[in-house]
Amino acid sequence: MLKYLFSRLLTFLPTFFGVTIISFAFIRMLPGDPIIVMAGERGISDERYAELVAKFGFDKPIYQQYFDYLWGVMQGDLGESFVTKKPVWDEFFALFPATLELSICAMIFALAVGLPAGVIAAVNRGKLFDRALMTTALVGYSMPIFWWALLLIIVVSGYMGLTPVSGRISLLYYFDNTTGFMLIDSLLSGQKGAFGSAVQHLVLPTIVLGTVPLAVIARQTRSAMLEVLSEDYIRTARAKGLRPSRVNGIHALRNALIPVITVIGLSVGTLLAGAILTETIFSWPGIGKWMVDSIFRRDYPVVQGGLLLIAVMVMIVNLTVDILYGYINPKIRKR
Amino acid sequence: MTDATQNMVQRPGRLREFWHYFRENRGAVIGLWLFAGFVGVALLADLIAPYDPTEQFREYLLQPPVWQEGGSWAFPLGTDVVGRDMLSRLLHGARFSFYIGIIVVSVAASGGILVGLLAGFAPKWLDTIIMRVMDIILAFPSLLLALVLVAILGPSLINAMIAIAIVLQPHYVRLTRASVIAERSKDYVTAAKVTGARLPRLMFITVLPNCLSPIIVQAALSFSTAILDAAALGFLGMGAQPPTPEWGSMLADAREFILRAWWVVTFPGLAILITVLAINLMGDGLRDALDPKLKRS
Repeated sequence: MLKYLFSRLLTFLPTFFGVTIISFAFIRMLPGDPIIVMAGERGISDERYAELVAKFGFDKPIYQQYFDYLWGVMQGDLGESFVTKKPVWDEFFALFPATLELSICAMIFALAVGLPAGVIAAVNRGKLFDRALMTTALVGYSMPIFWWALLLIIVVSGYMGLTPVSGRISLLYYFDNTTGFMLIDSLLSGQKGAFGSAVQHLVLPTIVLGTVPLAVIARQTRSAMLEVLSEDYIRTARAKGLRPSRVNGIHALRNALIPVITVIGLSVGTLLAGAILTETIFSWPGIGKWMVDSIFRRDYPVVQGGLLLIAVMVMIVNLTVDILYGYINPKIRKR
Repeated sequence: MTDATQNMVQRPGRLREFWHYFRENRGAVIGLWLFAGFVGVALLADLIAPYDPTEQFREYLLQPPVWQEGGSWAFPLGTDVVGRDMLSRLLHGARFSFYIGIIVVSVAASGGILVGLLAGFAPKWLDTIIMRVMDIILAFPSLLLALVLVAILGPSLINAMIAIAIVLQPHYVRLTRASVIAERSKDYVTAAKVTGARLPRLMFITVLPNCLSPIIVQAALSFSTAILDAAALGFLGMGAQPPTPEWGSMLADAREFILRAWWVVTFPGLAILITVLAINLMGDGLRDALDPKLKRS
């Protein structure tokens, strides 16, 4: 196990350095001079220009700049936003809980619907229900989620008037940001109706962000279940006279879950990509909207820092999934 | 159709077998027909569209579709906010999506196959370097990386296509490399080596044709990913620029009017969904027909 752990870490490190090189190179690959861009339309005097070149280290050789950058990254220094002048690191972690909350809710929604749907489809293989479900899953998988979001807004918010169209909570409520999770904070605040308002704001973004993972999970669960259901031990369990619900729900599902868990781990990247669109449409103040806004505002340190932090996060999650997987399934370690 | 039949006569084995398995999957056949319709529309958009996609009829702003009150047969699917005919724009949009799919998949697949072959045949150190570089690209969520690349290159449809091709390419590299490694140790490759085949011949003529099945499936699936991602970039204002009738950017234009004019939002998205769904249905059928492991015996 230790050897496996080492080999995984050994592939993690070069990728990490590669990601830092990419985010380092990003600002330097942009067309135009970043300092001129930062100065904006007001322009900049020659002395101030020289001062800034020295401050950002653009006068040093390129490898020196990279090592300075890497040294900063190791200490959590990702530079400051051009626009707000706040450290990128602080901004990221102030907004991150909003994205995390939305992603967790989307994943719970996807699992709560996708897992049972996949199991039921597999058990009823070839029947009408199976076919209808798998067609729906394929539609969900093919869905342009930004359009799906607009449709839901038209129907649920527009015609039915059930949910608000943007933000995390109604402006009527104000309370301290204790955990960063609106659902928990609103409960802690003790204000009447605050929690309900937070839930209302969360419903549509959750559905939108959860749709593609839901379809993937339903399809994956179904095919994993089908594979397991043809195994000998399932036949044995049936022959013993166990109830079908026990055979399907306990014997089969438990083993079918292994590939499904991998899919869940690997969908972190999908969730973050989906969060970019979902958050932009619903004005959800999280990482995805922050990145898109920063790209449009040409706030390059934010784009650079966000890019790095998001990639590192995806890598850490993938590494954890890999290690857990090796822990659960010893066969993998030997490869 | 006659071409296909002739082909089948010349090479009865493979194609017929493929068609046999493909036809079993009814969804795949439906997908194929839908896709054929999409290609037809894309190629003939100029001929079948009633108007020019950028022509503005200023007297008919936001006119609803024909079946709704206030609609007329002059604009069967209504008009958008500056009075352009929705139907014509949708038909021309098919052309853009088709271009996007074809170009992105060709660039990503040819680059990915080349690098994957190289990695499969290269000494270990080069293989490791190539695969780590691919890991780095895969560490970024695809849409985010595409967005940032477009920010560097400047927003346009061409740059969006380049960005998406770069983002999709590692999948081809991994797939090709895995099949190459599986094939490389087989007897027929050793035989070719012994008879003196040089490396390029070994790569492209001996091994590559035997690695193609998973790559073809991947090509079908990334065709739909390319269309979806390009539409997403267009929607965010980082892809095709107005007045290009690209489906994603049409949706972006329509966002302000969603509660007033449902048709400007509904139709472009529906077009994307149907196209992507058709391709995915077809891709599923291709996978079942080409992958012997999943074939129902």
